[in-house]
Amino acid sequence: MSDHEVTSHDTHSVRGYIFVFIALLAGTGLTVWASFIHFGSQEINIAVALVIASVKAFLVVAYFMHLISERKMIYCVMGFTAFFFAALMGLTIWSLAPHSMVTPQHVP
Amino acid sequence: MVMDFPYIVEPRRDSGLYNAKLGIWLFLASEVMLFGALFSAYVLLRVGAEPGMWPHGWLNIPIGTANTVVLITSSITTVLAWVSCKLRQYGRFKFFHACTILLALTFVCIKSFEYHDKFTHYEIALANGKFADGHLMEKSKDFDLEKKTGSVTIHGYEVEQRTELMDLHSPEARRRPREEITLPAAEIKKMERYGPWHHTYLAIYFTLTGLHALHVVCGAVVIGFLWGPGTRMWRTEPERFTNRIEVSGLFWHFVDLVWIFLFPVLYLL
Amino acid sequence: MEATLQHPAPKPGHEAHGHEDHHDPGFWRTYIFSTDHKVIGVQYALGSLSFLLFGFFLMLLMRWQISKPGVPVPVIGPLLEKALGSAAPHGALSPDLYNSFGAMHGTIMVFLAIVPLAFAAFSNVVLPLQIGAPDMAFPRVNMASFQAYVVGGVIMLASFFIPGGAAQAGWTSYSPLATAIPTDGQTFWIIGMVFIITSSLLSAVNFIATIIQLRAPGMTWMRLPFFVWAQFVTSFLLLLAFPPLEAAAVMQLMDKVAHTSFFLPTGLAIGGQLANISGGGSPLLWQHLFWFLGHPEVYVLILPAMGIVCEIIANNTRKPIWGYKSLVYSVLAIGFLSFIVWAHHMYLTGMGTKVAVFFQATTMIISIPSVIILTCLFISLWGGSIRFNTPMLFALAFLPMFGIGGLTGLPLGFNISDVHLHDTYYVIAHFHYVVAPGTIFALFAGIYYWLPKLTGRKLNEFWGRVHFWGSLIFMNIVFMPMFAQGMAGMLRRMADGGANYSAAVNAKGGAEVIGGLSSNIMEMHTWILWGACILGLAQIPFIINLFWSLKHGEKVESDNPWQATTLEWQTATPPPHGNFPEAPHVYRGPYEYSVPGHATDFTPQDEPPK
Repeated sequence: MSDHEVTSHDTHSVRGYIFVFIALLAGTGLTVWASFIHFGSQEINIAVALVIASVKAFLVVAYFMHLISERKMIYCVMGFTAFFFAALMGLTIWSLAPHSMVTPQHVP
Repeated sequence: MVMDFPYIVEPRRDSGLYNAKLGIWLFLASEVMLFGALFSAYVLLRVGAEPGMWPHGWLNIPIGTANTVVLITSSITTVLAWVSCKLRQYGRFKFFHACTILLALTFVCIKSFEYHDKFTHYEIALANGKFADGHLMEKSKDFDLEKKTGSVTIHGYEVEQRTELMDLHSPEARRRPREEITLPAAEIKKMERYGPWHHTYLAIYFTLTGLHALHVVCGAVVIGFLWGPGTRMWRTEPERFTNRIEVSGLFWHFVDLVWIFLFPVLYLL
Repeated sequence: MEATLQHPAPKPGHEAHGHEDHHDPGFWRTYIFSTDHKVIGVQYALGSLSFLLFGFFLMLLMRWQISKPGVPVPVIGPLLEKALGSAAPHGALSPDLYNSFGAMHGTIMVFLAIVPLAFAAFSNVVLPLQIGAPDMAFPRVNMASFQAYVVGGVIMLASFFIPGGAAQAGWTSYSPLATAIPTDGQTFWIIGMVFIITSSLLSAVNFIATIIQLRAPGMTWMRLPFFVWAQFVTSFLLLLAFPPLEAAAVMQLMDKVAHTSFFLPTGLAIGGQLANISGGGSPLLWQHLFWFLGHPEVYVLILPAMGIVCEIIANNTRKPIWGYKSLVYSVLAIGFLSFIVWAHHMYLTGMGTKVAVFFQATTMIISIPSVIILTCLFISLWGGSIRFNTPMLFALAFLPMFGIGGLTGLPLGFNISDVHLHDTYYVIAHFHYVVAPGTIFALFAGIYYWLPKLTGRKLNEFWGRVHFWGSLIFMNIVFMPMFAQGMAGMLRRMADGGANYSAAVNAKGGAEVIGGLSSNIMEMHTWILWGACILGLAQIPFIINLFWSLKHGEKVESDNPWQATTLEWQTATPPPHGNFPEAPHVYRGPYEYSVPGHATDFTPQDEPPK
């Protein structure tokens, strides 16, 4: 890739990166603030925190790591990874959840 | 004539990638599974804990937030360092990655401070069945728990039940005043620091943040090398050097990514 | 075909490559610190074959103890006592020593022998050549990967000689036993595993990147030899399944040295005393994280073998493989499914019916692509012009042996029958059939097949056949009785070979006691011991043949002595640094044998079309 093609594209990109940076800072502030609000149940607090974290993660991966402009190959690799991570966490928790077990794990 | 080694700098057409970029993404996939397993362990330990015995508020939120800002800033400086390389602006590249390295060191310093705080924090089971909890101020010279001599002074409080030490965000816990308490060894049944052995929450906290900090250090070392001795390649093969900056940058963003999840999970929830 | 190395004028920017052929790099850079994939492949092969032999000796000692509990080992006994002290009193195996041999036999065989041989050694030697690449994508990472393997291996071996001995909690290292056993051997095991896992991860990244990026022009995905597809999927299994075990290993290490309670439950008592731990941990968490790797691991053990067998069958039937597309889709399906079957190793841990049904279903489903692969290979024989050379003998034997191993996995995959068979010798027989007369036969086949490419000399055919028949017959004598023993209730990991169980029978005057082992079952131990000893003797011709053929083997008459179609045979013997004088161009699929109208009965992939 020659040097010359890069210039205008990256001036736009620099502004884009700064915008993502500000969004990440805002997301951090938001998640701290939201943690002090009682949404009724702990589950909702967890969901809110994870959603905000996921949005921040998406911004980092898509823009800082350029995933949004990558080709199929990387999507495939990361897609399978995400699936297997979900399987690891999901199936393990499902297997060990007290209602799933014949004898619950911890001593009451 | 020996075969040329292809796609070190120019991308291969069908994958759209040069070799090292594919390599780092594959490596990051394995890292996702590594930290993913630890996060799964966290969920399981928390779900399996006795009700009321999972801690809240054991970590300092402003400090954690500061560290989050540090890492996010280091991410933007990393990207801008790469852009500078792409634009062949060597001076700006050096500036931005110097910032990245300094921010990394700041992160590690802050983390060390947090770890130190935990290692000077004690939970003391008293002979009368109550619990004292606080930071160690001093130990008398003759302090010996086995021989029951001497005393310790902590800055904290005494509570009736151990469960009161768990949720530090509860109104009762917030209202509890901290003061200097001196305890003779004879009154102490057991004294334990807030290390990873103290509670599974701390175990997963130290393991997750410890492994993460190890990645911060390794990333900083690699970026430091590229910033220093590695710049030799800038003169001979600037595009290949730029690719190295991109690849190390991808690793760095991943380190930031892990912290984006670590912070709310360990500090806020 | 002579490969003459002509040095091109250095292109701008290529100085960083280090064209070592300009000057002699010296002994150390050529043989010890090499970044050439062929050298690294041979290093892995020598290392892993050594560990294979060592693991075999551990097994022989264990079989002696099982057959004659408490009796000093002949010849080796005094040496053991000298080396290990009270662990081997009077040259007999103490129960703790037996347990450590059991744990280390499994660990060494799986992680230091089979995986490095099947995956790292064979991929390194063959893969870049088969896809027309000059080397692996990351040669220095390749070298680092081998070095990590060596460090891991040394740590594992060293653990035998520390006070307390090597790890004794099985290759599965279940908590809380692994943490409770008072030996640092468990810690050595964990640290050794971290190095071995690192080695595999680096290799996996390297091989995947190589296959995606460095295929020669014209080498499309569906023209890849099946061996390459098999290694591709195997790499993904290692890449994504090993890290959770690494995480678990770190946590178990923390439990051991930092006294955390990741896997230690509240109320744990050790030696009758309440343990001084925080509690709150879960032993089952370890099992889930272990088996998340453990199950894909067994596919890591078998897929490269299937790839090797496929290459050899195509070559020695002189016809295309039947069902290439089915093979490719099946191996991809196996790769995917292998991640979601793991808890069939945990049926007896008290999981609820819904969870058991899920894992049972996925386990049954994964048997389908496995059978498809075996079927394609079987059907490929039909109408073939079969050449019964040594590699082909081993490849042919693989088919029924893997068939037995695979089919005997089914009763284990079903929850209800597994309740009876879990942790018995039936399981041992099942997995040894798959790996021992299964994978290892394929690896032997691969060595006989590909070594001539590296050395320019064939191994001796007569002694190859002696090796084959000896191995085939005695593998079956060793492992077939174990099915019967397992079904009769003989449990795994018993240092006295079930003597206590059989004592229950004898106590009642020989009457059938539930759980008692009959004398017929116990007598099988003697057969197995003799079978194992002769099996060991049958390997001697192979070892001698291997080294003898380097200098005295029959020289190959061409660069392509097997008249094969794949790219590794279309370059010099041995291939030069950089593999091909110029990048080959691929025009057709990998198994174009007996093409009508063609002058010879094989058409190489890079032969230009008429």
